[in-house]
Amino acid sequence: MSLLVVEGVSRSFGGLQAVNGVSFTVAEGEMLGLIGPNGAGKTTLFHIISGFLRPDAGRVRYSGEDLTGLRPHDICQRGMVRTFQVTRPFSRLSLLENVLVGALERAAHRREAVRIAEDVLALTGLAEKAGHMGHSLTLPDRKRLELARALATGPRVLLLDEVMAGLNPTETGRLIDLIRSIHGRGITILLIEHVMKAVMALSQRILVLNYGELIAEGAPEAVVEHPKVIEAYLGEGYSGLDV
Amino acid sequence: MILRVLAGAGVIVVLLALPYWVSAVWQNLLITTFYYAYLAQAWNVLGGYAGQLSLGHAAFFSIGAYTSAILAIHLGISPWLGMFVGAFLAVLLSLGIGYLGFRFGLRGFYFVLLTVASAEICRLIALHVPILGGYTGLFINFTPNPRQFQFQGKIPYYFVSLGFVAAASLVVWLIQRSKLGAYLLAIRDDEDASEALGVDTFRYKMLAYAVSAALTAFGGTFYAYYQFYLQPNTVLNLNHSVDIMIRAIVGGTGTILGPILGSLLLELLGEFSRTFFAGGVAGLNVAIYGVLLIVVVLFLPRGVYPAIVGLVRRVTGKQA
Repeated sequence: MSLLVVEGVSRSFGGLQAVNGVSFTVAEGEMLGLIGPNGAGKTTLFHIISGFLRPDAGRVRYSGEDLTGLRPHDICQRGMVRTFQVTRPFSRLSLLENVLVGALERAAHRREAVRIAEDVLALTGLAEKAGHMGHSLTLPDRKRLELARALATGPRVLLLDEVMAGLNPTETGRLIDLIRSIHGRGITILLIEHVMKAVMALSQRILVLNYGELIAEGAPEAVVEHPKVIEAYLGEGYSGLDV
Repeated sequence: MILRVLAGAGVIVVLLALPYWVSAVWQNLLITTFYYAYLAQAWNVLGGYAGQLSLGHAAFFSIGAYTSAILAIHLGISPWLGMFVGAFLAVLLSLGIGYLGFRFGLRGFYFVLLTVASAEICRLIALHVPILGGYTGLFINFTPNPRQFQFQGKIPYYFVSLGFVAAASLVVWLIQRSKLGAYLLAIRDDEDASEALGVDTFRYKMLAYAVSAALTAFGGTFYAYYQFYLQPNTVLNLNHSVDIMIRAIVGGTGTILGPILGSLLLELLGEFSRTFFAGGVAGLNVAIYGVLLIVVVLFLPRGVYPAIVGLVRRVTGKQA
């Protein structure tokens, strides 16, 4: 049974059809990659799934429930949480306080929330910086913080919007390991990613979006050989894993 | 720890003894300081913690002032009770403005304009509704009776205003320690990120607005029974909302001691410029006050209190 069902979702901004009749499903425990050129509608799709935007048509169902009309915090409280492509730390709060915001809603009391937050900071390798302020973080740490805060909400589904962007290969490698271990805990993950190395390493299945439409779907190895995908996104000469 | 307790006890003793030592001028100055510290603290809940700038708090202030005065004048209800009716009405108005502003996603300047407009509407109502006194304003007869919130001499007002500041600061302290406080600071820093993490931003902003409005309305009642005269162009003037806000900003928004320090500093600056520059060139003291204000904001952009905390940390070598 599918945990997340996206049915014919469309959304336009003025004359621009950002997302056009997109349908797909995500099974519980799956790790799904979402790729496509800039402006293909990937982030818009995330906005719709996470409740930040209403679709013009279509619906999103999560765990059997229609999410249309629910606000982002409702959706988060039901177990589906997103991160932001442009990182958004709470700049005047410490890292611990940043993560606490995610943990407070599900914890019975503050002490439990602090424990959850400390666990998550340890998992994401930020424990030593718990007292640092949000505005003082480097980009890799900001990416980790996005992930840590989302994890603190205790999600079943994690929507990751380009968590690898701007990282060097070493940092990318570390983050791939981290995401894999999070997935190993049974969390379903849908990730938007441009770093093909990460997409290929992590995804069990890949969706390709172009001009708001789904143009391919399938196993990573099959999708990168797909002529439409090569034409729209990867370009001639893409040869799999070495990018 | 012992040092802190001793310092706290010292501050309390000084505050309790202070009005008996100083002249009437300084008594008045201290009352005004507490009065503005209280209003700035009330504003701080919404503007400082939740980060929603209001330039219309004069509306809640005036609802508190007029409601308690009208109820006392026409129905003989003590302002001690009337102030709660005023606070209730102020909460209703805040929820109305909050609904319009927050439900329809007005942020930044647009929310500020909404609050300004709401206070302006209240001013026009107060100017044109006869029972509120209109242009002439509303006079309250002085009958020294503590049960009617009317006191002989300055000293009782000193303690009432001190109690107001202490109570508001306690409320803010409790908020800061609670889940609400953590959420408000998160909303201040990034509303969308808070919402994505499961925080019902609409609900918590409404709550902050209601608390802020209720506290502000109590301050209005204090004003009515300290001045015994309400004039719409004074109490509902935009300047009045600015006066409240500026103290929280100068002292440091989103902190408990900020509004208190801000109020004290501005009162002292005002007194200083009056003492040394009034009487010569007309308006010179106001200009000097303005210059001093600019200097303070320029050098301490985050406010006086955070600057002091930063300085202490640097001196003692402790990390944040």
